[in-house]
Amino acid sequence: MFKLWSTILKDVRILTRDQLGLIFMFVMPIVLAVVITAVQNSTFEMLNTNTVPMLICNRDTGEAGKQMEAAITKVGMFDLKQVTPNVTDKEISDRMHAKDAVIAIIIPADFTQKLKQKSDATAKKALHSFGMQTESARIDTGSVQPITLLYHPVLQESFRHSIQGALRSALQVVQNKEVLKSIYFSLNETALPDSLEQDLMNSQVGINEIPVSRDGSRNIPNASQHNVPAWTVFAMFFVVISLGGSVVREKLNGSFIRLKTLPTNYLVALISKQLSYLFVTFVQAAVVFSIGIWLFPSMGLPKLNLPSDLTGVIIVTLICGWCAVSYAIMIGVFAKTQEQANGIGAVSIVLMAAVGGLLVPSFAMPDSFQVVMKMSPLHWCLEAYYGLFLEGGTLKDVIVNIIPLLGITLTIQLITIYGLKRKNLI
Amino acid sequence: MSSPAVRIYNLGFTYPREPVSCFSNLNLEVQEGERFGLFGPNGAGKTTLMNCMTGLLQFQEGSIQLLGNEIAHHKKSVNKLFGFVPQDFSFYQELSPAENLAFFGAWSGLNKIEIRNKTAELLEVLGLTEVRNKKVQEFSGGMKRRVNLAIGVIHNPRILFLDEPTVGVDVHTRHAIISYLKELNEGGTTLIYTSHQLSEAEELCNKVALIDDGKIIAHDTLSRLMIEHKEDGLEGLFINLTGKSYRDS
Repeated sequence: MFKLWSTILKDVRILTRDQLGLIFMFVMPIVLAVVITAVQNSTFEMLNTNTVPMLICNRDTGEAGKQMEAAITKVGMFDLKQVTPNVTDKEISDRMHAKDAVIAIIIPADFTQKLKQKSDATAKKALHSFGMQTESARIDTGSVQPITLLYHPVLQESFRHSIQGALRSALQVVQNKEVLKSIYFSLNETALPDSLEQDLMNSQVGINEIPVSRDGSRNIPNASQHNVPAWTVFAMFFVVISLGGSVVREKLNGSFIRLKTLPTNYLVALISKQLSYLFVTFVQAAVVFSIGIWLFPSMGLPKLNLPSDLTGVIIVTLICGWCAVSYAIMIGVFAKTQEQANGIGAVSIVLMAAVGGLLVPSFAMPDSFQVVMKMSPLHWCLEAYYGLFLEGGTLKDVIVNIIPLLGITLTIQLITIYGLKRKNLI
Repeated sequence: MSSPAVRIYNLGFTYPREPVSCFSNLNLEVQEGERFGLFGPNGAGKTTLMNCMTGLLQFQEGSIQLLGNEIAHHKKSVNKLFGFVPQDFSFYQELSPAENLAFFGAWSGLNKIEIRNKTAELLEVLGLTEVRNKKVQEFSGGMKRRVNLAIGVIHNPRILFLDEPTVGVDVHTRHAIISYLKELNEGGTTLIYTSHQLSEAEELCNKVALIDDGKIIAHDTLSRLMIEHKEDGLEGLFINLTGKSYRDS
């Protein structure tokens, strides 16, 4: 025990004197958690609370063009900037390059007329199918010139899709209104009364969003709940830079040679390193979680809510830390130089994070990646944390994630022991 | 009759993936209390033999006994019997001499009190008391050599292996190290030493062996070897027995 204690003391002393390593291990996760949460939160706010600047060039002089404008305004997602109808497409593009807006919409000149023709044809076809009109209907599908949507190339595809969805919904409102008016007129030979039009158009059934949590709470997870645990896991695994490098340095600077000639098994050194760095990863998690709880709100970011099962959080953190530390030692044992340990360690962690669902949600991974994903320890760490932080689960609920994580950790330990034996280090 | 400090019997060793053996049927004995010097040109096998004796390399044939205990298969209990001072600085540069001695003392099997007493003694003898709490990475080469030596002897080993313990140090440090080694030997520690500093070896060693091409080509007291080969120093004897050609080209 005294040998182990002396070794832990030695490791802690070396660790605390490596100030650059300490900064890397503690500042990096904080910066990552703050930056990624802030970015994701601002994207979320931009889509939900802020408005996107949009140029609108309505070349149509009829009602439908105006209704389209009104419908787009009603979506609430856009800050409309009117452009006079005589402005050319090229001038609109120039204004977008000047960052006046990231999207622009051009309503063609004959929009009302063509939309009315199409609506009338649709109404006639509907009435014919009801057996109320003898004249066969013809629908001129190609008659309405499409609305043009211009977008700045900086817009991400997912964001563009949500804008497109909002515009389609606005267009659908205008089209439906015209079809309704046309059917009503064909049946009653009078115009659709405004009050009925309002009733018909505003009778949409609402959507009630409910997160499916294990503890029955209905709190909607915020960006902090998603990002803080994810980037804490990432940072834990990045101890490979300090710990992997430390193992390589020990091998290269001759200390290993001396240790091999002493009457103590090198496994004591490995246990010491695991305990010392396990403590480091635990403190990393504690620091990042504390910042999420107490500092995020003052930075305008959503507060991190700790799960009700704190014991579960502690156990998951310890197991994730143990896996991260084991991985770092394995890299250190097999690497021949410090550069190799740093390079292989960093790249492999980024790859494991990517396939493990830190960068892209795991449900969005292609099927071919599902097997690879399950081999990434970061995936199981993340799933265990998400089970606690997002789903409101307890340790019992995330045991299915902990078991594979422990399996991967033990495999890494066995590979490390094999590497040490093969290199005649134990 | 007591066992010799080191008994090497029919030693055979080949490096992995090397077609030629490094040693074959090598025999050597070093008696307790000797100040034994192992010399030879570069690539002759000095460091390999020392690594076999300290268990750092596992040999394929024969046996090596330290004070009657078989060293084969890296038995940790035998490691208490000897100390090793490698040519490279084998300690933690981020730590102070006292911290290094505390750690290596614990790994050598000493308890807290033994470490405290031995650390104070060694730092005093080797002139490191003033800098006991400074990081070793700030030390001169000579001071680092003394730290390297102190770690090797903290557990009072009965045999001390020294691989070029004075390389790159100034005259004062060399003198201090050699004096300390003689003191240790007077206290009963057997010294097994390799170096290219032949004048230093003449001063320290009372028994020498010359190794060349994996074979012991001479083994006796220095005085007897000089008489036998009609040389007046170790350097002449060395050239006489090993020739003048380069060995590491």
